[in-house]
Amino acid sequence: MSMNCVVCVKQVPDTKRITGEAMKEDGTVNRGALPAIFNPEDLNALEAALEIRDRCGGTVTVVTMGPPSACEILRTSLYLGADRAVLVTDRRAAASDTLATSYILSCVLRKIPADVVLCGRQAIDGDTAQVGPQLAEKLSLPLVTYVEELIDVGEDALRARRNVGNGWEVVDCKLPALLTVMDSANAPRPPAIRRIMKYKKARSSGEVAGEVNRALPDASDEERAAEARRRTDALGQRGLLIEQWDLDDVEADLSWCGRGGSPTKVHRIQAVVLAGGEYREFPPTDAGMAQLVGELIEDHTIG
Amino acid sequence: MIEVNRQGEVWVFAEQEGRKLSDVPLELLGKARELAGQLGVPVAAVLLGDGVADLAAELIAHGADKVYLVQDPLLGHYQAASYSHVLCRLIERHRPQICLYGATPLGRDLAPTVASAMKCGLTADCTDLEIGDHKPPGSDEVHEKLMFQIRPAFGGNIIATIVNFDRWPQTATVREGVMAMPDADPARTGEIIDCPADLDGVSLPLKLVEAHHRPKRVNLKAARIIVAGGAGVGSRENFRRIWDLANCLGAAVGGSRAAVDLGFVDHDHQVGQTGTTVRPALYIACGISGAVQHRAGMQESAKILAINSDPEAAIFSIAHYGIVGDLSDVIPRLVKTIRRGAAAGQSTS
Repeated sequence: MSMNCVVCVKQVPDTKRITGEAMKEDGTVNRGALPAIFNPEDLNALEAALEIRDRCGGTVTVVTMGPPSACEILRTSLYLGADRAVLVTDRRAAASDTLATSYILSCVLRKIPADVVLCGRQAIDGDTAQVGPQLAEKLSLPLVTYVEELIDVGEDALRARRNVGNGWEVVDCKLPALLTVMDSANAPRPPAIRRIMKYKKARSSGEVAGEVNRALPDASDEERAAEARRRTDALGQRGLLIEQWDLDDVEADLSWCGRGGSPTKVHRIQAVVLAGGEYREFPPTDAGMAQLVGELIEDHTIG
Repeated sequence: MIEVNRQGEVWVFAEQEGRKLSDVPLELLGKARELAGQLGVPVAAVLLGDGVADLAAELIAHGADKVYLVQDPLLGHYQAASYSHVLCRLIERHRPQICLYGATPLGRDLAPTVASAMKCGLTADCTDLEIGDHKPPGSDEVHEKLMFQIRPAFGGNIIATIVNFDRWPQTATVREGVMAMPDADPARTGEIIDCPADLDGVSLPLKLVEAHHRPKRVNLKAARIIVAGGAGVGSRENFRRIWDLANCLGAAVGGSRAAVDLGFVDHDHQVGQTGTTVRPALYIACGISGAVQHRAGMQESAKILAINSDPEAAIFSIAHYGIVGDLSDVIPRLVKTIRRGAAAGQSTS
């Protein structure tokens, strides 16, 4: 038995480490000031895929859609054990909402045959948990969300335990299928040193072009293109090329991509202002307590 | 997707589990009435399941003018394939302008599946909904009376208002506990419309093997007073003080995520973005610094009393009353004062 898994991952700003500078004065997010990290639950999805490969054999392909800098999490995926990494990057995909994102990913997944598609339950920047279910619908794949344990993986079905909020349930699901994986499902393995040494040199064609431009500032466009091609081919032969696709490569209908393909629009963004009522402090003494409790009884809040 | 339909109803998906309605659709009916009143259209609940007809009356009593009732043995156990098939057919047929779902694990599985199939917009985890006008930047056209879908984003650091002006129904999931549940009015009347499930030929890829649903033992949402502890409480042993204070007030006990992660109190008690959202008459935050994720779950409380040894703690900025001091000193004094106050109140009444 051999299972081909595709894991959809996302590079996100680390919203848990937001400081004052991370928000601009107009209340918008200063993305440059936030460290970009591997979305935490996507690491659990990748680990689940690696465990499937450990058990059944097969391959693990990691796909991300994002800016060229998202290659960082693809290299991390290679360190952790992924066999293949694909970056989908295209300015025309910018400002895609979850519907447009799931459409583009469905185009990508049509190019990569998969027995199991895995996503993290949700990303920490939007917390929507929508792209996984929407992608399953677009690909007509059975959907199992909130997976906490992969109990069994067979040739044409799997058994999983899923969290349903006030408890859990075990379901059998036909394959191919799409799973969204929770942080409680597993503990992601550490990266292998041997793989770090090998894959730290992995680059996408976009990154290679940037390096060539910096290395040959005075060369002609043709010379740079030729050098980029030479380096890309060399990386490809050593298995170090991160595949880079744009919307044409995945044959996406542009009317369903980007801002125009997104039905949800931002009407307004407001920074969270701490709206306190009238604040009064009471000293931590018996007299202070008596006054506070007296007032709470007075206005019928307690008593 | 459906075209803009100004006569469309406001729909609430009536989530039920084991033939018992969840709280969230009842909470949503209150908000749906408000929105539908401004739009001048009826409110409808959509109830799917097996043998669930009895629940329709409860939906009507809480504000539904109509209940679309779809019963089929194949709808007894939820799965995205069957439920989304039924909902998409109903939406195409009746063309509602708004569809609301609870942001429960089930709602967050179903709503995106339906929205993807309908190719309509969807906003997750809203904390408020309003009716308002929207003018897209660079356009002169004003889209009137849209549903403003208001939600925290970016870990709660910003509040985004989202609209969907062309690919309807306008669809949102709404967090549990943020909308006040309307009182049931048994005198209200409404129409129950039986609809066929039409599941012939629909492939149902999931098979339920085993299910364990435990009833929530802690009902934070119903509590009038909540006493909550955070990391500042220090230990599970010290958390006893939180229980003491709660007991003398007849209050429920809550905890911040930090307190739950540290094992001071069980997850059922967690208040905040990943726990329960509450809006009691009085919220007493003890040793809680007030991270945005926690504030998102309690800042709608009518009165907030913060007790913390750190005068700079963020919790003070949303509190109405504050005591800066050590919990081990402040709480026992407070308990004593409350007991004395209650005794004094009894003696004069």
